[in-house]
Amino acid sequence: MSILVDKNTRLAVQGITGREGTFHTQQSVAYGTKVVAGVTPGKGGTTHEGIPVYDTVAEAAEKEGANATVIFVPPPFAGDAIMEAITAGLPLIVCITEGIPTLDMVRVASMLKGSSSRLIGPNCPGIISPGRCKIGIMPGRIFKEGNVGVVSRSGTLTYEGVWQLTERGFGQSTSIGIGGDPIVGTHFIDALRLFNDDPGTDAIVMIGEIGGTAEEEAARFIRAHVKKPVVGFIAGQTAPPGRRMGHAGAIISGGKGTAAEKTAAMRECGLHVAASPADIGDTVARVMKGGAI
Amino acid sequence: MKIHEYQAKKILAQFGVPIPRGEVATCAYEAYEIARRLGGTVVVKAQIHAGGRGKGGGVKLAAGPAEAEKTAGAMIGMTLVTHQTGPEGRKVRRVLIEEGLRIKKEFYLGIIVDRAAQCPVFMVSPAGGVDIEKVAAETPHLIFKERVDPRTGFQAFHARKLAFALGLTGDLLSPAIKIMTSLYQAFEKMDASLVEINPFLLTEENKLLALDAKVNFDDNALYRHKELAECRDFNEEDPLEIQASRNDINYIRLDGNIGCMVNGAGLAMATMDIIKMSGGNPANFLDVGGGANVEQIKNAFQILLGDRNVKAVLINIFGGIMRCDVVASGVVEAARAIGIRIPVVVRLEGTNVEKGRDILKSSGLTFTVADGMRDAAQKVVALAK
Repeated sequence: MSILVDKNTRLAVQGITGREGTFHTQQSVAYGTKVVAGVTPGKGGTTHEGIPVYDTVAEAAEKEGANATVIFVPPPFAGDAIMEAITAGLPLIVCITEGIPTLDMVRVASMLKGSSSRLIGPNCPGIISPGRCKIGIMPGRIFKEGNVGVVSRSGTLTYEGVWQLTERGFGQSTSIGIGGDPIVGTHFIDALRLFNDDPGTDAIVMIGEIGGTAEEEAARFIRAHVKKPVVGFIAGQTAPPGRRMGHAGAIISGGKGTAAEKTAAMRECGLHVAASPADIGDTVARVMKGGAI
Repeated sequence: MKIHEYQAKKILAQFGVPIPRGEVATCAYEAYEIARRLGGTVVVKAQIHAGGRGKGGGVKLAAGPAEAEKTAGAMIGMTLVTHQTGPEGRKVRRVLIEEGLRIKKEFYLGIIVDRAAQCPVFMVSPAGGVDIEKVAAETPHLIFKERVDPRTGFQAFHARKLAFALGLTGDLLSPAIKIMTSLYQAFEKMDASLVEINPFLLTEENKLLALDAKVNFDDNALYRHKELAECRDFNEEDPLEIQASRNDINYIRLDGNIGCMVNGAGLAMATMDIIKMSGGNPANFLDVGGGANVEQIKNAFQILLGDRNVKAVLINIFGGIMRCDVVASGVVEAARAIGIRIPVVVRLEGTNVEKGRDILKSSGLTFTVADGMRDAAQKVVALAK
């Protein structure tokens, strides 16, 4: 089992004719994802990589039955692309684009409230249900089908954690990168709720970073609602305050958002904290062998 | 992006926020001339990108032009240390000379994006003139907040609520609303990540104005504000960080001796963490980005090695989109071109990892190839000693 994406996912690619869009469409198709349409305004009626291209997301949904979209559109136009997808009523929108202005995302977030769409990202690697559907830029071959749910703010650090799992024989039900920006569509809590309800997920890995308070809120949510064991890790224990560590959201400001605070909250709420980034796989192995919390 | 107080005030003034009369000086003589034009007592304020200037001796009163000249002369060129600059401090290159004002009351006004609520939040406090983080920690009941719905924007009722919280009623209500609305417009139109007026001043003459101002901009939105390029002060930035930003490399200099080159921000932070846990000290944060090529890796190497404290380098790449063989070729080529003389530990994982390792091994150069993050960290820490 899995969450959000599976064999029934019919994907549209916004920005399919661009360099990134083209490359990752090829990769997704090779993985087995059903890519049913591309969207590039002005190129409607053509085909690209053998996939029909439409001018609008609404047409892609109507003509090809797309029920998910992935966005590879440059930052100045990405907010608009998300809004178009929300208006077209796509249930799942995955935005890979890094560098979208925060106030654009504020408007997007406002539009998402009360809509029927879920946004993953922006500035994220995407979502994958191994063996069934890959949406995004992650290398498919490091994943393996299984029963561990993974949710993370990072890209390559997720790959690191997933690879440690796969190497030890623990496959993944679904792995979601929620993105490194201050404003994202799907939060840790949303993913945790879905994993908790998914009969195919038996344990969860949550990889956080410095900045904001999302990890603390997630830890409290886990204590109150999550019945499955959760392994946690926070990157940025050595990050200096006041500096943006690559991700726009990864910044310790006003003494808040430190790794120490987040790790303490995780421990307090009963998570199994991996002491170092090299211990994520072993911590999961210990938890899975030991049974419940 | 950060800018100086005098630049922030100029921008806020363009949106209608009242500011004190004043001008910026780069030498003592200019300070004399400005003080003469302003007349009376003036304030001399050091312009650096850090708070806490008053306590560090960066804000001083001067009774007239001669004293302003003397004070500015002493301040320009001095290294100012505040709780925000770190122990090395910042060199003062210009001072703002402003009219002296008679203070009746000091407030705080600020706008940021509330990450959890996903909208801008306007914060005010009657406890102005002090560190707002201290107010938030010690007397949180003195902070008042209004969240702003981005669809409708900042309305007069928001401003009234905030003004009343500050006790600004009667004749002061209308100017308070006008100033708060202007401040919000500046925040929104300029794509700021923070605007702050602290203190927001009420003078003995019952005038409201911005005695100090801070504006930070959202780096992601700078493409919409080309005019801000001239506000960037390269003197306030580390030269290696400037070089990195010109090459689209995310680099932050730290005080350790192990240089790190990593792809991805999260993995870069995690790499720094495991170096520290293994008993070492990272010299930097460096994210080469997802689509790094040979040229980019060469640039990253040059930046890393520009820090003379670096005694060993750890390259940690998890190849997804970025293939390990491309990374390995880049590392070999860069090492040859630059002539690296310090130990380099390479940890590669992911797409085409075997090819990548072969390229490193057959290069004739002496890289230490590591297996996994812990092994890599332990090896580089040992080599840096």
